[in-house]
Amino acid sequence: MTDLDTPPVAAMSTTATPARPSTHRVFLAILRRDLLVTAKELWVILVQVGLTPLFMLFVFVKVLGGQGIVARNFADLFLPGIIALAALTTALQSVALPLVKEFGFTREIEDRLLAPLSTNLVAVGKLVVAMLRGLIAAALIYPLGALMVGSAPWQPGRLPMVLLTVLLGGWIGGGIGMTLAMILPIQRINITFSLVVTPIIWTGCIHYPWPRLSSMPWFQTVTALNPMTYVSEGVRGAMLPDVAHIPAWVCLLVLTGVAALVTVTSVRSFSRRAVQ
Amino acid sequence: MASSGGSPPAVEVTDLVKRYPGCTTAAVDGLSFTVAPGEIFGLLGPNGAGKSTTIGILTTRLRASAGRALVGGIDVVGDPVAARAQLAVVPQHNNLDRSLTPRQNLLYHAAYHGVGRAVRNARADALLDRFGLTDRADKRIEAYSGGMVQRLMIARALIHEPAVLFLDEPTNGLDPQSRRLIWSRIREMRGRGVTVVLTTHQMNAAAALVDRVGIVDHGRLLTLDTPGNLVKGLAGRSILDLTVTPAALDEPDELLRALSEVSGVRKSERLAAAAPPGAVAAKLRSGLGLGGGSGFGAGAPAALTALTALARERAVATLAPDPGGRERVRIRLHLAADPAAVLGPALTVLTTRLATLTDVHIAEPSLEDVFIGLTGRDPR
Ligand SMILES: Nc1ncnc2c1ncn2[C@@H]1O[C@H](COP(=O)(O)OP(=O)(O)OP(=O)(O)O)[C@@H](O)[C@H]1O
Ligand SMILES: [Mg+2]
Repeated sequence: MTDLDTPPVAAMSTTATPARPSTHRVFLAILRRDLLVTAKELWVILVQVGLTPLFMLFVFVKVLGGQGIVARNFADLFLPGIIALAALTTALQSVALPLVKEFGFTREIEDRLLAPLSTNLVAVGKLVVAMLRGLIAAALIYPLGALMVGSAPWQPGRLPMVLLTVLLGGWIGGGIGMTLAMILPIQRINITFSLVVTPIIWTGCIHYPWPRLSSMPWFQTVTALNPMTYVSEGVRGAMLPDVAHIPAWVCLLVLTGVAALVTVTSVRSFSRRAVQ
Repeated sequence: MASSGGSPPAVEVTDLVKRYPGCTTAAVDGLSFTVAPGEIFGLLGPNGAGKSTTIGILTTRLRASAGRALVGGIDVVGDPVAARAQLAVVPQHNNLDRSLTPRQNLLYHAAYHGVGRAVRNARADALLDRFGLTDRADKRIEAYSGGMVQRLMIARALIHEPAVLFLDEPTNGLDPQSRRLIWSRIREMRGRGVTVVLTTHQMNAAAALVDRVGIVDHGRLLTLDTPGNLVKGLAGRSILDLTVTPAALDEPDELLRALSEVSGVRKSERLAAAAPPGAVAAKLRSGLGLGGGSGFGAGAPAALTALTALARERAVATLAPDPGGRERVRIRLHLAADPAAVLGPALTVLTTRLATLTDVHIAEPSLEDVFIGLTGRDPR
């Protein structure tokens, strides 16, 4: 601790070149910064993710269900979809919006880009945090949603499958969000967000199990192209094993593939933007 | 290479080119220079000359289109991660982390560079103190003024004790107090063996601080030398302005001719307007008087002290109050010699012709004159 006992001006040895810190140490420091910010913004996440799904649940389950317009058991189908939606869209938003800001006028990201760490790993750190935020969102929405629906399907043995699906969904959401934030010109961020996020929500089997779409083959095909579908089906299958659903292994396989793909596109677009 | 002792240069730039996508002209166009370890190097140039672009490449934030750039002996393109461990940069814009407090900005930056917890806490406290930010260390960044932002960014750059420090216009838009603080902190870097590369538009401050300057324009290096040598290149460019009231029977043009025959005077001319009538005693100022209040102007050159003494000596005869009646004449003498050597004989001429001197102004060539001479007078 020479730093503590010598005056700061004279403290430094003049010849030694600074040592290069280990990769994991730098990576963890950058991760810690994002976690600190996440902790500070927990209530923001809550509002961001909680409001829309909870209103959806309220309208579909309490209002429409209460009047018999929608069947009672619809609530049970809907809750897993809402959890999946929260995981993916929270991750997407929580990486895209800050990145637009940090790369845009505040240029806050520069301090982290100048850390002795590969730029690719800075991007990976962002995905990790996005995934964790997705997980937090899913974990928050489950009790709130269950409270509103009035029942909480609980299959402890299936918890690992739910967790895995939610984490993959969060990772994918983060990857999509980062790619969009990096490749879109700032002026067009808003419109493109709507253009991308809205179809992800409405063709993602949040409100209905995928096998039930067999009466509408074209729509079934469209939904099969949406990664959101596999997050919804994965969570629903684990929480409601008796409802017809896409097999878990198919969900995990597709989600892993998509996760790998968005990792490549997002990290690449991040690095291209970071060093011009 | 100008460095002594055979140690490798701290910064080495060879034929560096940067072409921004979609731009026809290169922002940096074949730039080459080296900076020795522990040197303070100034990069001067008009707006858009390519200074920030050069710093961007050296700090791994921009990709060079061609050429080589080494920092601490490490190729910034080949091994950017190792290069980043060597350097720190204070950019031209505020890029502080708005999601963190000022103190956290320092602590996290140190953590990004692998500085351990106890060490970074101690250093953050010391730096906040040295930059006068201790009592605002835990306020919101948004509430910071420009000067505080700049001080915090410099503190942040120093907390991981880099070998090479890049400063892009560190005193831009700051009040004299903050400027002095920052220049003195930069001067301290020399004692610590830190290599400093800085850009600035404050020529006087730069001339007093840097070991060598490179002047760039349109991405090309125009000249590179010590400020002293660059100014010496303009020797014989000093100016001596005299405001005099000729004796009743003397003709101003005669007086002018007599002064132009003083040895060391290259050319003499009459200036248009007279000096304000209140000027009674001789005023001796250094520099071009272009408002260069850099904080360094205070240390007047030794020659000036001698001049003041000289003027005082002759004051009996020449520095009398304006007798009134006769019109004042402003005379500019372009000198080929040191102003100190010309002033004496010039005063003798005035004394013998019974002229009254009311104002003296010496303008010696400065780095700014070198700069204007090389890059022209037109704004970019
Ligand atoms: N991101 C960019 N894209 C395109 N051109 C750019 C970009 N950044 C800078 N330029 C151009 O490159 C040239 C050099 O700019 P640079 O910022 O390096 O100048 P500078 O010497 O730092 O000027 P100043 O004193 O105003 O800061 C300018 O012509 C500028 O317009
Ligand atoms: Mg600049």
